[in-house]
Amino acid sequence: MTPEKLTYMANQIATAFARQPEDAAVTAIADHIDAFWDPRMRAQLIELAEAGAPDLSPRVAHAARRIRRPEAA
Amino acid sequence: MKDFILPDADFGTPARRSDRTVTLTIDGFEVTVPEGTSVMRAAAELGIEIPKLCATDSVEPIGSCRLCLVEIEGRRGTPASCTTPVAPGMKVHTQTPKIARMRRGVMELYISDHPLDCLTCSANGDCQLQDMAGAVGLRDVRYTPGANHFETRQNGEANPRYIEKDASNPYFTYDPAKCIACYRCVRACEEVQGTFALTVEGRGFEARISTGASDFLSSDCVSCGACVQACPTATLQEKSVIEMGTPDRAVVTTCAYCGVGCNFRAEMKGDQLVRMVPSKDGKANRGHSCVKGRFAYGYATHPDRILNPMIRDSIHDPWREVTWEEAFEFTARKFRGIQEKHGVRAIGGITSSRCTNEETFLVQKLIRQVFGNNNVDTCARVCHSPTGYGLKTTLGTSAGTQDFDSVEHADVVLIIGANPTDGHPVFASRLKKRLRQGAQLIVADPRRIDLVRGPHVRAAHHLPLRPGTNVALLTAMAHVIVTEGLTDDDFIRERCEMDAYQDWAGFVAEDRHSPEATEALTGVPAEEVRKAARLYATGGNAAIYYGLGVTEHSQGSTTVMAIANLAMATGNIGRPGVGVNPLRGQNNVQGSCDMGSFPHELPGYRHVHDAEVRGMYEKLWNVTISDEPGLRIPNMLDAAVHGTFKGIYIQGEDILQSDPDTKHVASGLAAMECVVVHDLFLNETANYAHVFLPGSTFLEKDGTFTNAERRINRVRRVMAPLNGFADWEVTQHLANAMGAGWSYAHPSEIMAEIAATTPTFAGVSYGLLDREGSVQWPCNDAAPTGTPVMHEGGFVRGKGLFVVTDYVPTDERTGPRYPLLLTTGRILSQYNVGAQTRRTQNSIWHDEDRLEIHPHDAETRGIAEGDWVRLASRSGETTLRATLSDRVSPGVVYTTFHHPETQANVVTSDFSDWATNCPEYKVTAVQVALSNGPSEWQKTYSERARAARRILPAAE
Repeated sequence: MTPEKLTYMANQIATAFARQPEDAAVTAIADHIDAFWDPRMRAQLIELAEAGAPDLSPRVAHAARRIRRPEAA
Repeated sequence: MKDFILPDADFGTPARRSDRTVTLTIDGFEVTVPEGTSVMRAAAELGIEIPKLCATDSVEPIGSCRLCLVEIEGRRGTPASCTTPVAPGMKVHTQTPKIARMRRGVMELYISDHPLDCLTCSANGDCQLQDMAGAVGLRDVRYTPGANHFETRQNGEANPRYIEKDASNPYFTYDPAKCIACYRCVRACEEVQGTFALTVEGRGFEARISTGASDFLSSDCVSCGACVQACPTATLQEKSVIEMGTPDRAVVTTCAYCGVGCNFRAEMKGDQLVRMVPSKDGKANRGHSCVKGRFAYGYATHPDRILNPMIRDSIHDPWREVTWEEAFEFTARKFRGIQEKHGVRAIGGITSSRCTNEETFLVQKLIRQVFGNNNVDTCARVCHSPTGYGLKTTLGTSAGTQDFDSVEHADVVLIIGANPTDGHPVFASRLKKRLRQGAQLIVADPRRIDLVRGPHVRAAHHLPLRPGTNVALLTAMAHVIVTEGLTDDDFIRERCEMDAYQDWAGFVAEDRHSPEATEALTGVPAEEVRKAARLYATGGNAAIYYGLGVTEHSQGSTTVMAIANLAMATGNIGRPGVGVNPLRGQNNVQGSCDMGSFPHELPGYRHVHDAEVRGMYEKLWNVTISDEPGLRIPNMLDAAVHGTFKGIYIQGEDILQSDPDTKHVASGLAAMECVVVHDLFLNETANYAHVFLPGSTFLEKDGTFTNAERRINRVRRVMAPLNGFADWEVTQHLANAMGAGWSYAHPSEIMAEIAATTPTFAGVSYGLLDREGSVQWPCNDAAPTGTPVMHEGGFVRGKGLFVVTDYVPTDERTGPRYPLLLTTGRILSQYNVGAQTRRTQNSIWHDEDRLEIHPHDAETRGIAEGDWVRLASRSGETTLRATLSDRVSPGVVYTTFHHPETQANVVTSDFSDWATNCPEYKVTAVQVALSNGPSEWQKTYSERARAARRILPAAE
């Protein structure tokens, strides 16, 4: 997936939980991504977050640290 | 109903519901029936059939034919038993010399104006007039031929009363010469279908059935078949019966079109299907049908069907017909090769919402057990996946809360983002019946759908919102309900999580959510929103029905939760007449979701993270089940373009035509090494396939479909598969070619495995379904015959959860280059991508997709009715013809997507629901301009499609 699309999707999730307080929102984002994202998408997101991708919302970047690390297939 | 050949008991008048019963005596036998029942029906319940012509139990009696006369002790005269209600202690005689004489007199009059060509008549052997003549013992007709309606010529001149047969409808004929003016067709059109297309012109001897138009085809008739079914003679007759003669056996099965899930009697002659007649015992349809289910089954034997497996190494090669063994071996080799090279997650599959539960279960089992991953998805991804997410989050179950009967108890109905008269016609008829009884209707839809204003139906409120503003509108309704104190506080306190409720109530009460504040966003006048909200909250039992206009948005899941919030806040959940009801698109989309077709869920909506559930399947299937969610359809295509997803098995879905952003789908498919299409026809996706496995129709296999009300209906095989195998057998062979070692001999064995592993299906078996007809899940020890209404005592999730629904505008924005909003939908006669209906005579009603545009928008662009226009978005462009209509607001255009030439999805965007990736089909910013003809894409595409469909002649 293109980094732009992945970033967009992750940020959409963050927006959906925007009203929640920081910690709850970060947990909700991480849980949602753990529950619905295939490992290669999660790996790519973690990679983007670790590279400090500027377009990722701060909460997604934060959540990326809590996302389940996928094992290599 | 002409059902003397294959009787389906006709009680003469509709059943009555009453708490009080009445006991009376008929011909010396005592019978007890609900108050309000007719004498005719009470007699029928005793097994005494009173002769009748104008009465049938699908419509109210009118007492016109005078054949059902009876004598009642202590009463004068000979009342018609169809219009006489029972009374306590009544003593009825259905056969006396006086009555017999009178009935013969009546029959004699009928026969005096009827052609006596019984032997060559298409209703021969299946005609109620013929049967009644026999029943009353008519032996001679004293009247000499005089003025009549059936002779073409009289006294050497054309008979002015003779009207020629009308064969304009593709499926049935109207022959006025055989009409006995019993009004059954007129009443069926009014009462059962609710279209009011038929009427009676003239009085007495001049009375004629009329469509008010020059013929049936050009009239308001929607070809539902209710009149044909009601007609007691050959006046309204299926063309298939005229051609083939009367059927000799009937098999009850389930329609394979929409999510209403109507039961039909497939009436057969050998292995030839003579006609499909809606089953009165069908609990979803109660004896009604629409033009698709009743008539549009010709695709099953269409010459376009591919009956032999085919393979090719490259999608640029022509197809090569091979044996099944070779096709399975080729596929297995390719799939395993890909996995060795690119990893176990490099392949996946799509289950079909068109196929049975059993077939869907097997496809996901193939992927989880044999492929060893969770890369399984289904077309619900692109329709109701937000329903799954939204209802599970708020209520605890990924399904609608009611049965269709529930609408009979609704006082207020809110329809949002659905067009039932086209998409779910049989439900629409049941709804209209309730509306004619006085229930009120609110329609929230950008378009003025037929239900907004139709014969004897008028919406109390139409909220023509701007596409993409559902959340803003529903939150505004919630604002009114909360701030005006219209909430059901007892219900909320008792049934819902209070903290979440208070948080939500505080949120919706903010001024920025008021109808006045959101009017600029939604375009709906604030006062209308307020009135609609008040009506929904205070009008009695309020039910919400919704469709893809809710889900197919970037905030689809949020809108579903907003709907659930409204229902909970007003206590409209957990009893008949209320609820949250998704109108699901495909015949088995509910079932395919139930069967574990989502990449994150095992059957029964249990997450792949759940070790206990995985453990159970691991033990049974003897493999390790991956605990990683798989790829969803759009993700598969992205991964394919990215090079990490290389092979796919697609059962019964045409993703190239039905998924958004066609170019992206095409590049995803083109990037794969092995695309396997398992389908009836060489669909659009097959242009990119390497293996084609011929599919079977619903007439050719056993199984079950689960409809929108969670009802598990039996599908029964009425003929052998033309391609040789039912779809479940094909999947089994493919699995075995990959080493699975499956040995299912019949779909009932697959259902046994489903029941044994899925708590909500624990009680389901073919034996139970044969006994009960159908059941609604959950069906288990706690509910042995199923669950019509959910969340009765409490919510499945425990306490109902209110979720805050902030409106987030879609990023698909209009601007100077793309100033209009395109939204899409369906039409009655065609079904989705049209693979089936386009191969029937239904195309007579709709042979191309048209762009509906408001006259104002057309005017400023110089567009006239029927002009070719170019429809362009940021994703692509296509051309189609325009039709001017004020059903859409200025600024909004609309089209259907039934024809591949239109390529409507070349235009739709890549945006999707935040939670589920359900694509945003319903909002695309577009520009419309006059055009000279097909776009470049359409031209290249049709050349490419022609080339991709070449089949090499067989070797010998």
